[in-house]
Amino acid sequence: MATSKKIYFYPVWLRIWHGLNALGIVILIVTGISLQNIESSFIGFNSAINLHNISGVVVTLGYLIFFVGNIITNNSKYYIVKPKGFIKRPLKQIYYYMWGMFHNMKAPYPLSEKRKFNPLQKYFYIIVMYLVVPMVIITGFALLFPEIIIENVYNLSGVFVTAIFHSALGFFISIFLIIHLYVATIGKSPIDNFKSIFNGWH
Amino acid sequence: MKYRLFTLISIILFCTLWHHSKAQYYNDPENHECLKCHSGQAYTFHNELMDLEEKKLMNPYFILDTVALALGVHNLFDCTDCHSYEYVTYPHASNLKLESLITCLDCHGGDESFASYQFEKIEEESQKSIHYQVYGDNFTCSKCHSQHTYAATARTSSDVLEIVDYSNKMCLSCHNNMNKYQLVSGHENPQLIQVHDWLPNQELHFKHVRCIECHTEIVDGLMVSHNIQEKAKAVKNCVECHTTNSRLKSSLYKYQNLQKRSETGIFNAVLSNESYVIGTHQSPFLKLLSIIIFLATLVGVATHTIFRILKK
Ligand code: HEC
Ligand code: HEC
Ligand code: HEC
Ligand code: HEC
Ligand code: HEC
Ligand code: HEC
Ligand code: HEC
Ligand code: HEM
Repeated sequence: MATSKKIYFYPVWLRIWHGLNALGIVILIVTGISLQNIESSFIGFNSAINLHNISGVVVTLGYLIFFVGNIITNNSKYYIVKPKGFIKRPLKQIYYYMWGMFHNMKAPYPLSEKRKFNPLQKYFYIIVMYLVVPMVIITGFALLFPEIIIENVYNLSGVFVTAIFHSALGFFISIFLIIHLYVATIGKSPIDNFKSIFNGWH
Repeated sequence: MKYRLFTLISIILFCTLWHHSKAQYYNDPENHECLKCHSGQAYTFHNELMDLEEKKLMNPYFILDTVALALGVHNLFDCTDCHSYEYVTYPHASNLKLESLITCLDCHGGDESFASYQFEKIEEESQKSIHYQVYGDNFTCSKCHSQHTYAATARTSSDVLEIVDYSNKMCLSCHNNMNKYQLVSGHENPQLIQVHDWLPNQELHFKHVRCIECHTEIVDGLMVSHNIQEKAKAVKNCVECHTTNSRLKSSLYKYQNLQKRSETGIFNAVLSNESYVIGTHQSPFLKLLSIIIFLATLVGVATHTIFRILKK
């Protein structure tokens, strides 16, 4: 991170996706919590439902941008995991966050043209973008068209199981978001990374 | 031991025989005095004047559903227990049209063995309903409950969807049928789909909730509320149902027969096994878990921030 030379990390399509996604997900989290606790919510049930559905569609379209973008551009290279040091590399990064950075150690995986994410960050992004978000989208659409859901899983309503799963994934994304926002403040200055995701240059 | 075995066998034997004797009247419609005509689209009779067999179409409203008849609560009766015995002759005598039929209350009123159904209370509630207010005694119990086929579904079924379907058909058989509606009313029936177009996922709702959920005042202690209120008092507020203390819990989902099947450990908030109503199923366990994880995350972030400031 010490180089003063700037790298163009975030192409326009990625920033468009990220903007849509961030806005959509934040609305989904707020309305999603409202739907579960509607008595203590400031949004009416009907508008919460509508907002949640619309944002869900926006995030889905956004996800298509992300998915296709990562196939046709070389942004995908940042998401490739090497088997070597599969466990050791992220542990090293955790050690740095927990201890090293307070003891003037150097970041073990400084960012460069070849490396946009540190290993820990990479793992989290992969889990969120290729597992959790797709699942939340699928379960969300299933709940929008409940007739496609299998009726009963053992003794429970299929819709019920889907809904619990959907909420759990949504909750995971909320926690991810908090950590994501916090970790993004660890940079040259706390707002440096936020500037990057706006103007593209790191 | 032998004695017990003997008793057991006689009980089983008795039950099967008794069960058999039940509904015996309607087992063989083809040869039943009345059902040979009243269960098919066409009937034949011997025209004595012309001395020939004649075949004619049956009035569709006089065709009885023999399957439902055998499953109904009154399958112990034969037709002529309720209708005049003179009906055995055809053409039926014209004065029979004037015959007054016994009502539910005539038989069930004050009868201890049916106390759990609270017939008197139901009658009282029905008389407050909008139907009774507009059409008076003409709107008998039989307008909704066929004495031939009624089965107490909400009480016996363990399937919410079945209960809803059965109950809603009782309303729709009239509200969606111009002819039957005109039987009581002078005006046209409002189109229910348009009337309820403010309700999203209408089809889903009508499959999962009963009309009476929104259109009656819930009376505690009564299994099925019978006071159908004017439309201005109908439930329009989504939160009445989509919330932790949903009104469905004191109406549709209160039946014991449904609850028995859904005692499922940590998800004890699950009230029914067929429906999931957003907003109602809060598992206290999952809620607590998520609050703990959430707070732990915040504490983690805060501690890290403090160290960053201190070690700068
Ligand atoms: C030969 C055919 C036939 C038989 C047998 C028959 N019915 Fe009918 N029933 C009819 C027809 C046709 C009507 C339609 C009205 C009419 O033609 O009188 C009718 C009408 C009725 C009605 C409605 C009367 C009204 O106008 O509201 C009742 C009640 C009824 N039948 C009862 C019975 C009972 C009870 C039996 C058996 C004891 C029976 N019927 C046997 C053919 C039959
Ligand atoms: C428990 C009493 C009861 C029994 C048993 C009974 N009925 Fe009825 N039936 C009634 C009543 C009450 C009505 C009037 C319904 C109304 O007012 O809408 C009726 C009406 C009818 C009608 C006129 C059409 C209609 O639905 O309004 C026919 C036809 C009829 N019954 C035939 C039969 C036949 C055939 C049987 C035997 C299979 C039978 N009923 C058994 C009580 C009974
Ligand atoms: C002719 C008298 C009579 C009329 C009229 C009558 N019932 Fe019944 N009903 C009975 C008898 C007798 C039984 C018990 C039958 C049995 O044990 O199988 C019964 C059973 C029932 C049951 C089931 C009770 C149980 O615990 O099994 C219900 C519910 C019921 N009737 C509702 C009604 C309704 C609603 C009406 C009016 C639409 C009505 N009945 C009209 C005589 C009548
Ligand atoms: C506007 C339609 C309507 C009218 C009128 C009506 N009911 Fe009902 N009734 C229903 C519905 C719907 C149910 C629920 C059906 C079920 O059992 O699942 C029901 C259920 C019942 C039950 C069974 C309740 C239980 O505890 O299981 C009884 C008994 C009953 N009604 C009696 C009557 C009597 C008596 C009258 C006339 C005073 C009457 N009803 C009039 C619609 C009506
Ligand atoms: C989710 C609640 C809900 C359910 C379920 C529901 N209704 Fe309604 N219904 C209403 C409300 C609210 C109104 C008043 C609408 C208005 O005034 O704009 C209404 C109006 C009506 C009207 C009056 C029409 C008119 O304009 O005169 C009828 C009749 C009616 N409903 C019948 C039914 C029947 C039958 C069913 C079951 C198939 C049913 N409703 C299910 C809430 C409901
Ligand atoms: C035999 C026909 C019939 C049956 C069965 C019936 N209704 Fe009705 N209902 C009517 C008629 C006719 C009206 C119109 C009343 C008027 O003229 O204002 C009506 C009116 C209504 C209204 C509107 C009241 C208003 O303020 O305009 C509601 C709500 C309603 N019914 C609900 C139900 C429900 C729920 C059921 C089933 C449990 C049911 N009805 C069963 C005939 C029926
Ligand atoms: C009478 C109670 C009741 C009322 C009032 C009610 N709902 Fe529902 N709602 C239900 C039930 C029951 C379901 C079906 C759940 C299932 O799939 O098993 C449902 C399902 C839904 C669904 C579909 C959820 C899914 O699984 O996809 C939506 C969306 C919805 N309701 C929105 C609304 C809105 C908006 C309103 C107010 C205008 C409303 N509801 C009023 C009971 C109600
Ligand atoms: C208010 C909301 C958000 C803000 C302010 C924000 C901020 C940022 C910042 C500053 C970066 C660049 C730094 C880095 O690469 O770590 C970034 C990248 C990223 N964010 Fe977010 N984010 C938000 C919401 C989200 C959400 C909801 C998700 C996913 C569900 C997400 C997924 C990602 C991914 C995958 C990247 C890397 C993209 C790439 O370069 O390929 N972000 N975000």
